[in-house]
Parts: sequence; structure tokens; C-alpha cells
Amino acid sequence: MKRRDFLKATGVTGLFILFRAPALAAPQLVPTRPADYPTDFNAYLRIGADGRVGCFVGKVEMGQGNMTALAMVAAEELDVPLERVDMLMGDTDLCPWDGGTGGSLSIWQFGPVLRGAAAEARAVLLVMAGEHFQLPPDRLEVKAGVVYVKGDGSRQVAYGQLVQGRRIERHLADVKPKPVSAYTLVGKPAPRKDALEKVTGNARYSADLALPGTLHACIVRPPAHGTTLKSADTSAAERMPGVRVVRDGNLVAVLHEFPDQAHKALALVKASFEGAPMALDDRTIYRHLAEKTGKVGVQEGDLKAAEARSATLVSLDYLNAYVAHAAIEPHSAVAQWKDGRMTVWAGTQAPFRVKAQVAEALKLPAQQVRIITPHIGGAFGGKAAGPQAVEAARLAMKAGAPVQVVWDRREEFFLDTFRPAAVVKIRSGLDQAGRITFWDCQVCGTSDREADIGYDLPAKRFSSTGDGGDIGTTRAGLHPFGTGAWRAPAANTNVFARESHMDVLAAKAKVDPLAFRLRHLTDPRVIRVLEAAAAKFGWVGAVAPSGRGMGVACGAWRGTIVAAMAEVAVDRGTGAVRVKRVVLAQDMGLVINPDGARQQMEGAITMGLGYALSEGIRFKDGRILDENFDSYQIPRFSWLPAIETVLVDNPGLQAQSGGEPPIVCMGAVLANAIHDAVGARVLELPMTPERILEAMKKS
Amino acid sequence: MAQTTSFNLNGKPVRVTADPGRMLVWVLRHNLGLTGTKVGCGAGLCGACTVLVDGEPTLSCSTPLSEVAGKSVLTVEGLAKDGALHPVQRAFQEHHAFQCGYCTSGMMLSAYALLQKRPRATRAEIMAHLEGHLCRCGSHMRIVAAVEAAGKDMGGAL
Repeated sequence: MKRRDFLKATGVTGLFILFRAPALAAPQLVPTRPADYPTDFNAYLRIGADGRVGCFVGKVEMGQGNMTALAMVAAEELDVPLERVDMLMGDTDLCPWDGGTGGSLSIWQFGPVLRGAAAEARAVLLVMAGEHFQLPPDRLEVKAGVVYVKGDGSRQVAYGQLVQGRRIERHLADVKPKPVSAYTLVGKPAPRKDALEKVTGNARYSADLALPGTLHACIVRPPAHGTTLKSADTSAAERMPGVRVVRDGNLVAVLHEFPDQAHKALALVKASFEGAPMALDDRTIYRHLAEKTGKVGVQEGDLKAAEARSATLVSLDYLNAYVAHAAIEPHSAVAQWKDGRMTVWAGTQAPFRVKAQVAEALKLPAQQVRIITPHIGGAFGGKAAGPQAVEAARLAMKAGAPVQVVWDRREEFFLDTFRPAAVVKIRSGLDQAGRITFWDCQVCGTSDREADIGYDLPAKRFSSTGDGGDIGTTRAGLHPFGTGAWRAPAANTNVFARESHMDVLAAKAKVDPLAFRLRHLTDPRVIRVLEAAAAKFGWVGAVAPSGRGMGVACGAWRGTIVAAMAEVAVDRGTGAVRVKRVVLAQDMGLVINPDGARQQMEGAITMGLGYALSEGIRFKDGRILDENFDSYQIPRFSWLPAIETVLVDNPGLQAQSGGEPPIVCMGAVLANAIHDAVGARVLELPMTPERILEAMKKS
Repeated sequence: MAQTTSFNLNGKPVRVTADPGRMLVWVLRHNLGLTGTKVGCGAGLCGACTVLVDGEPTLSCSTPLSEVAGKSVLTVEGLAKDGALHPVQRAFQEHHAFQCGYCTSGMMLSAYALLQKRPRATRAEIMAHLEGHLCRCGSHMRIVAAVEAAGKDMGGAL
């Protein structure tokens, strides 16, 4: 969109001239190639005699579509049709090392590695073709995996003929990948490579493996976090026909050929437990967390002086609950000990990490362990490790038979590594002119990642309980149970707090919330994405609360910038929210597969409705009170708003991240829209009807 | 105790010797080796295990084998005919109406059942019909579009 059209669409011309975006710079975030990735392109690519390209990748497909996007990267660079690339992912015997699939790293981190490998392979193939034709490579061109002599279509040799199924032993240094301007495949919507198997039921997930003689294991679990197994009387279970009991230290399991029988046997185990859970529940947790002061990460400017010159001071605490990953596929694994090797098929985001975990648990050399990752039925950070794989491997070793471990839904909710609950305390001030004077942000319970998007803040301080990690939850005594990465870790917490607070300040300054943001922004990418969202949404500036139920928020994650706008209706009698419309604009640099990017954006908006409106783990004294989808409500069809996505064109910037960024705005954009609708500021996620009614009473 | 139960599965008669109280999902997956039917919540709350029994969407995790004796069961493996995808499958494929694919079998079977009766089902009817199916990846928007398209493909176009 041209700037003039945008101004027309917003109807707030005067405003934008004052805060005109500077010309677009070309920021470059170039990921360094991790030293542990192999440098030999043969590790990633094999060209078959039939011309098909095998692409070997240590990352995994869990629904996010990296199988297709990475295949596109390889196909583009090699000049072969996408349908001729066969992806093999997440097998520790066959695929090159990888650190794990998370953090929206598939394209950002691994994309350049694969592109480099494919570029080198193509250059070597051209040298080989040159020898074949007795011509220099610059006289040759490649179309669809066939090398032609330029200007003579009759002289051609296919990649498959050149390689003849052998390993390519040659290498070339400093091969430049194709320029973006020469792309023919990357940047256009592509069909998902996993579509056919997923619509026919042929896609295999870990629990679908049927090795002969497999036993299904049900494991004795403690009733509460902070307690461990003391003793287990399994005698009644053992009397059931076909049941076996396996004990390996504190791991006690009942096994049967059929899962339902194993579940019945588990119910007969009489176990006792010891230990003391932390005496906390889902209300008292916030005081507990708020007491945990953290380390200062960033401090700039003179906070005291800025506070002294402020006309208005605003201090608020923003709370968010523990949230479950709640993938529909439970954690599953099948382990088989055979010929001196342990093979585990497991739904995990990090097969190489799990390989090390299994080797350590079994005291085996790593080369005696193989992890194979079949399809994964959603993960969102919840399958970042592989505890079920370790359990299956330990049990298989003792049982002398293949063992399948599939957590039931109660185990899923109990053993999940929740998104951490958190308290974000923000102190801030405004001057007479309605500009922010200072921003003092303390994040308790997680890290301060993405707490700052670069608003112009004359004085600022960010501190958090994070210890330098992405999530910042490792401190002992911080959380009463396991926490971990949950789609854009810490960012959902921090963007909710920051972008809610921006709206609070905008309302105090009596300025339209979009204009208030633009007034404090200098980053041209953020400005442009906000403007793109506003244009699509048809944002008409007004001071909130306007009664219209419209909200805005912006955020960032791993080099990608997002801006969301939403329209809601709030039932003043019940507090129920109906999200009518969400627009999401995203600058992710070069877009590999626009349709894949949009799937992630649509999915993140839909998933994000949950943590914003309904999802929060209830617990008491180490017991998780939500055990299934009856009480833990995740988004359903009836919640679906109209969703519109905008990909902001920026092909000059290397491909950034796609899986996580589009979810980070959902808490704030809805909180701001709710405030705009009814004038009530909800400071706690999820924004349940009760909390909205409560906030309405206060406002 | 195990006894033999006969029913029709994807157009063919089958006989299963198993505890008649065993839930259908375990019979399909473990006795018959058809793993396209998935287990999500184990308590009839997510819809992933949905199959059709005499054309009606049925939660196979909560339906004992005895209840399908003499009836017709359709699973995802029975949707395609002679290697040709059913219009519902084709629409899900073309619209990318899935991400992880774990809820897809149940979604497609429910959609199939609806469209058999009402190929001209409205958007609102489709959403209401699928309300019991959970999709954590958030493919809802595309699923609705796919079911609408499949309905048209099946002769529901006005």
C-alpha cells in the first residue's frame, strides 16, 4: 500500500504527518551458522539416480509446516521441482545434528545452513555437468533438475544421471547462494508436503507404531507435585491375566498388550507417597512470585529525575496464569532394545537432546541410541524434551520387549511444563505533553524477554527473575511444578503487560492508542507493521474507551515484527467476550512460504484466544485441578473471529521467524479492545467473564 | 471375557474376538491395526477419536465394542474409494485445513456425516456441528472453508 492510500484509509492524516516514518533502513540479523552443524552438504542432501532429492533435517515437523518450507529452500537453491524433494526429519541415525525445534528457529537458524548446502551441491553438479559436456559451467543452465547447454536444448543431462546414486565427493568453497531476485519458488504459496498422508490417516505418530509384542505401560504417578513414590503394592495388578509389572528405581509401571488392560491394572496398584508440596494455589501464587525480586538486565537514563518531572505517575501489576500446552496428541513413545541398540520412536521437538537423555538414563554410549521422530500432533514447546521416551526406554530395557508409553490426559496436565505464571510490575510516568518520562518494569516469575520493543523511553529499567535463559524459571523455589517454553516463551507475558500499559498511558494522555504508540516509536519496521495493520483494519483514531470495542497491540519475536488489531463485543450482564474480528500484520523479512506463514498467523490468533480469555491452570498444594478439556477450555469453533492476515513485504531482510511471533499480541490486543468496549481494564490473564465483571465494577 | 463381535468396517464385514466392553478405539487401533483414529483425551471431550457408526459421528473412546455389533463403522481409512480421495479429504488437502493433523480424521468424519445429510450446510451449521472437535493448532478457519468447499463439490452448490 502506498502511504497516501494508507492515510486515506485511516482518516487521521494530520497525525501521521507529525510522526512520519523515517525511510526504511535495511537491518540485517544474520544468524551465525552454529558450529555443530556438519559442513559437508552430503549430510543434508542426497540425489537419487531417479533425480529425486533426499533432504535430511534434524528438525521436526509438528504441524508448523517447516517440512514444506525447508523443502522449498532446498528445491529453490538446487533448481528442482518441490515435489521431487523428499524430506526425512528428526532421525538421529540419518539426519545431521540439530539442537531442537523451537524458538521459531527452523528457518531463521537452519534455513541458511540448508541453503548453503544446496547452493554448494548445485555448483558441484554444474562442475560435473561441465566435465560431462567438456564445457565451462557458465555455459550451462539448470531447469527442473536437468542441466542444459545454454542455447542448445538438445544437450542435457539430469542430476540423477550425473550422480548415479553415489555420494558426491567434491566440494567447492565460497559458493554464493541464489539472489532473492532470482527466486521462482520461494515466496509463492506451496502445497504442504504432509497433506496427503494427513488426510488419509496414513501419517504415523509415535503411538501408531505397531511392533510385534509391544507392551503398553501405565506408570504409577504421584498425586501432587513435590511428592514422590514411597512404596507400591502391585500384587492385585499382577493377578490380572497378561499384566507384567516393571520396576526401575522409582519408576513403577504395569504393562499389558492392550492399553485399556494396562489402565485397569494401574487402578489396582496401591501406592504411597512422601514429600511436601509447596503450599500454594492459583491465587496465592502471585504474592509468592511478586516477592521474588530479580536482577536488573537493562538500565538507561535517570529514573529518579524522570519520575520527579512527571506530571502523572501510573503503576500497575499485570498477572498471567500457568497455561498448558494441551496438544491434542499426548506425549507418546515406543522403545525397542534390539541387537545392542535402543531405538525410541518419540514425539519430541529435540530428538538429539532426547538421544543424550536416553543414553544417560541407560548408561549407554550415545551411538547405541537412536531416536526416530514420526509425525508430532502439536507441541508448542511442550515436547521440548522427551521424558516419555526415557520412560519407555527404561521400561523396554527391563521388560525385554518393545514398550509403548502414551500419557493419558490427566498425565498430560500433571506432567506438562506449563507456561510460567508471572507478575509484571510496571511503574511509569507521563509529562504534561503526554509523552512517557520513564518506564520501570519488573518481571517476576519469568524472564524479561520482549519486554521492550524500543519505544522512546528517556529513562528505563528492566529486571526479571530470569537467570539469563529464555524463560527465566530455573530458580529453585520459584514455581511449584515444572515450567517451560510455551509458544514465544516470556513474550506473551511481557507483551501483554507492556501493550496493556501503553493503552493505560494513552488513555491518561487522552490520545488514540495507535497514535500514542507511533508517537513513541522510531523503528521503521514496527511503524510500518502498525500502519499495515491499521490500513487493513480501517482503524479510526479515538481516545479509549470509545465504546466501539477496538484494540491494538504490537510485538516482536526473533526478528519478526507483528501488530494486531481486534474488535470485541462484551456482554455487560455476564462479562462474556465475543471476539468479532482480528487483523494481524507481520514483517518476517523474506517469506519462504506465504501460505505456511498465514497458517501460523491464523493458528496463533485462534490459539491465543485461549490464554487471553479462558486458559489458566487451577492448582492447590501441588495438585493440578484441571485434568481434561471439560474444565480446561481451549478455543473452539464458536469462538472463531473473522481473521485477516497481512504479510508486510520485506524481502531484503533475510527470513526471520514465523511460528511464535503471531501469538504474542493476543493478550494485550483483547485487553485493550475490552477496555475500549466497556471502560474496564483487566489486569489478569485469562480475562474470564468474572474478572471482566469485577473490572467493570471498579472502573 | 473375550467374545466374537461382528460388524461392518469400511464396507467390509469383520469379526473381532475381544472383550465386548473394550472401547471401539482400542479395537480399531490394537485389534484391527487401523491407527488413523486417534486418542486425544480418552474421555469424549476432544473429538479426535470420532468415527461414524451407521453414519452418525461417534466417540470411539467412549463406545464399547458391543454397541457396534451388527452396525456399520466408517473410519478415515474408509473415506477414499479406489484410491480416489473423498471430496472432504480433497478439500482438507487443498485448503490445508490442518497443521499437525492429529484431529483431522475426526474432523473429516464429522464433516462427512454432516454433508451426507446437508451438503448445503451453512457456515454456522458447520461450526455448530464441529463444536465438539478440538484443534490446538487453530486450523478452524480453514476447516470451515474446506467443509464448505466439500459440500459444493458433493453437489450442494446452489
